Amino acid sequence: MDALSRPRLASKARLRFDRKSSRYMLLYPERGLVLNPTAADVLQRCDGERTVGSIVEELAQKYGHEPPVVEREVMDFLQTMADRGLVRTAV
Amino acid sequence: MSEPVRPYTLVAELTYKCPLRCVYCSNPLDYGRHARELDTATWLRVFREAEELGVVQLNLTGGEPLVRDDLEAIISEARRLDLYTNLITSGIPLRRERLARFRELGLDNVQISIQDTVPAASDRIAGLRSFDRKLEIAGWVKELGFPLTLNTVLHRENLDRVDEVVELAERLGADRLELANAQYVGWALTNRAALLPTREQLDRARAVAGEARRRLRGRMEVLFVTPDYYAEFPKACMDGWGRRFIVITPDGLVLPCHAAHTLPGLEFDSVTTRPLDEIWGDSPGFSAFRGEAWMPEPCRSCDRRELDFGGCRCQAFHLTGNAAATDPVCGLAPDHGLIETARQAAAEARPVPLVYRSSRAPAISPSASAT
Repeated sequence: MDALSRPRLASKARLRFDRKSSRYMLLYPERGLVLNPTAADVLQRCDGERTVGSIVEELAQKYGHEPPVVEREVMDFLQTMADRGLVRTAV
Repeated sequence: MSEPVRPYTLVAELTYKCPLRCVYCSNPLDYGRHARELDTATWLRVFREAEELGVVQLNLTGGEPLVRDDLEAIISEARRLDLYTNLITSGIPLRRERLARFRELGLDNVQISIQDTVPAASDRIAGLRSFDRKLEIAGWVKELGFPLTLNTVLHRENLDRVDEVVELAERLGADRLELANAQYVGWALTNRAALLPTREQLDRARAVAGEARRRLRGRMEVLFVTPDYYAEFPKACMDGWGRRFIVITPDGLVLPCHAAHTLPGLEFDSVTTRPLDEIWGDSPGFSAFRGEAWMPEPCRSCDRRELDFGGCRCQAFHLTGNAAATDPVCGLAPDHGLIETARQAAAEARPVPLVYRSSRAPAISPSASAT
């Protein structure tokens, strides 16, 4: 995973808004993750088109944080999700 | 942090009919007495009520769900409700065109069972020649762009071939591999003497699965479910009674687990007579083992009671005759000796004939075979 990677959700994973918790969930076979708002913001942008760099830029702007801070967090999160097979990268 | 009690997963047992006769089937021994099936309209209503309650995952299972001719309508409605829908199937009665249609209608995942890597051994457990056909269907699943879960139930006859199961799953391009040891309730309890592995077999297989999990990280999820006869503590059966799961039987009974209707004295409601939210909230069967008030010692004062919820109620009943007993697989349970005896018997290997799943209940009762 680097700034030029183009992450997308794995074919088995799907985002769904959950009315009960007012959070997004990432659903996959037999499991689901309740996402905090920033995690949902990242995953909603994993469309195989945007690069990690552009996702970072968008979120830095949205939250008014410095891009390097956002980059480290986004990268760590996406790597964790990739290790779990929930996010793939198209280069 | 306390979270509101809501169900996340609906397990829809659409039918108990199945072309296979697997010797560890999780359907109740007397499934032949529940031959009536809910109609399409009732299932669609139930899905809507479940989604209202908070359900986000839908498992379509059985028996063999493909024998229903209304799966198309069922999948469409599930998709409309934005449920994550998983078809759990033997694959046998499937045509490629029908599977392609399921894809168009929005089915999310297909789970296929493979009984073994050796065709004759697989067919022997299933009671039907089915192995080659299953591989063909798994191929279609991937060709059509579905994520594929491969499920293999493990027992003493195939546990030494877990490495081959992993290899097969890789070859088929599975996204998830469930290496699920048989749990000894229902038909598997009837066949326990033939199926229960030795500890050595289990330890070797667990190591193979662990290695595969590391090697395939990010590509294939590898799940290894220990048979709780060899676990130190009981499993959190269904994540706790009436906490996250709703199981609905083909004839409409609403249960906290697949086998809850085998427990005597519990009253369960049907979706044909009450709305699902009422049943979830206050049906006597759901309330019976929710929370901790029912717990005996040693559970009641155990600091693991919020982790395993006292284990499996069905296992407790079918082994001890008391559904409110501590699950005997727990090392602290007064009836733990029953498990130790079964383990000792497993260590002394001897061939035992298999009892195949059949709509006529087997001559030996589960409690008789358990002793």
